[in-house]
Amino acid sequence: MMKIKIGKIRLKNPVMVASGTFGYAKEFEKLVNLKQIGAIITKTITLNPRQGNLMPRICETAAGMLNAIGLQNEGIDYFIKEKMPYLSRIGTPIIASISGNNIDEFFILARRLDKINGISGIELNISCPNIKCKGLVAQDQKETYEVVKAVRKTTSKTIITKLSPNVTDITEIAKAAEDAGSDAVSLVNTFLGMAIDVETGRSKLGNITGGLSGPCIKPIALRMVYEVSKNIDIPVIGMGGIMNASDAIEFILAGAAVIQVGTANFIEPGVSVKIIKGIEAYLKKHKIEKIEHIIGSLKT
Amino acid sequence: MKDIKAKILSNKLVGRVYYKMALEAPYIARAAKPGQFVQIKCSDGLEPFLRRPFSIYRLKAEGSRLKGIEILYEVVGKGTEILSGKKEGEFVDILGPLGTGFSLSRASSLEPRAIIIAGGIGAAPLVYLAEELKKKKIKTIVLMGAKTKGVILCEKDFKKITPEVYVSTDDGTYGCHGFVSRLFHNILKTLESRFETIVYVCGPHGMLRGIAEICEERGFKCQVSLEEKMACGMGACLGCAVLTKSGNKLACKDGPVFNACELSW
Repeated sequence: MMKIKIGKIRLKNPVMVASGTFGYAKEFEKLVNLKQIGAIITKTITLNPRQGNLMPRICETAAGMLNAIGLQNEGIDYFIKEKMPYLSRIGTPIIASISGNNIDEFFILARRLDKINGISGIELNISCPNIKCKGLVAQDQKETYEVVKAVRKTTSKTIITKLSPNVTDITEIAKAAEDAGSDAVSLVNTFLGMAIDVETGRSKLGNITGGLSGPCIKPIALRMVYEVSKNIDIPVIGMGGIMNASDAIEFILAGAAVIQVGTANFIEPGVSVKIIKGIEAYLKKHKIEKIEHIIGSLKT
Repeated sequence: MKDIKAKILSNKLVGRVYYKMALEAPYIARAAKPGQFVQIKCSDGLEPFLRRPFSIYRLKAEGSRLKGIEILYEVVGKGTEILSGKKEGEFVDILGPLGTGFSLSRASSLEPRAIIIAGGIGAAPLVYLAEELKKKKIKTIVLMGAKTKGVILCEKDFKKITPEVYVSTDDGTYGCHGFVSRLFHNILKTLESRFETIVYVCGPHGMLRGIAEICEERGFKCQVSLEEKMACGMGACLGCAVLTKSGNKLACKDGPVFNACELSW
């Protein structure tokens, strides 16, 4: 009933946990039955270790939060050596999120991961708003195409391209990813935002700006998923402020084949499994045999 | 670590803007170590959006059985405001115990002596610590600092545990006049040197730093409990990074208690 396929990955249900919100899964092992989750996307890995941004790195906002972590991670060697043994034992598809400073780095990261059996897929994080560079790959059609193309050449594993909402027309970028051979697109990453402490006159984030996530972005994310899914043929993985099963179903009706739970993991660590059960209950209640039958079934 | 719905056993105003809340959480009480904390969802809605971290102030026992935990909190914003309005019998989501607490282990064969230094609301996790030190029969001295007389917290709690409790207020309205670091300096003059001294501190950042400097000069081990804004409280979001001499650590997982000498102040 809940099974769905993204590229070569067979998921037992359409619920993934989003990159950067679930660590490397071990953090959650006592609170969630990791086997029940559709797929786990790791915190983004880079070629070399990254310290991340200055504190403060997070700030609460109305119905959401800003973050400017800055891709803190120990680099790919550490990931493969220290994190993969545990991740491969879970029995749930593991998707590694990667980010590079240039096409070569994406290429090298993908080539390394291609050889790792425990990795089912690669999510290209071309849309993190918290790293210092001239612009995001996901803000440029041509660059998106080239990064995806380079990665496609080096791996036969499932590729998911994670898109940024900080663009004029997200469907153009989605099409570029599709043309370059991406198996799916995931959207949306966070919205660039900021918050100021009026007493100190300073930004509430060390990085000044950060990425906004949580229920406050949901209506915009939903609209973007709707637009993109109408315009491409590869599956869309929807996310942005999903807190419960009803939110998740909205994304599916709008056109998402699979959804990701992100920020909600911080507030309710077991929420992903609750959402899976909620979707199942919804399908039963509405006598829907397969989840596929309702993807993009929005009545207009 | 568990995420449970805990029944509120009591929630009382204990002075100006300070409250004590007791929560029914036997598992957390059994697993908790001094210096650890819990993440509480203050509201069922979206405001405030994130959970709030509270250090474990005391364990609550019923007879010989551990029944739950107590937190001591100051109303500082939306989350604590909502929490202060909760009534006995209501339920809140509570995740814990979280983080790495105080280490009670000894490094030398000398007789140990603990000096607990509390600044304002920083007293909260130190009461539980003092109780554990007492169980281990470790001689404990408590120094407390507060802005003014009306906001001294936990003095009675500490006095039940040890006879050696000294208080200072910034404005001199109670106890010694001045910062608690000055009180610490003065106390040090009177201390015998045959002990292995471990200093445990929680309070405002400036105070922690001041105490840590004195401890370094004197060659005392010093453990500080830090307070940082955090989202998840369990090492997933990497929001509460603390700069240490060996790179970034997390206040929620590697801390909130750190050895003062490891931090890059």
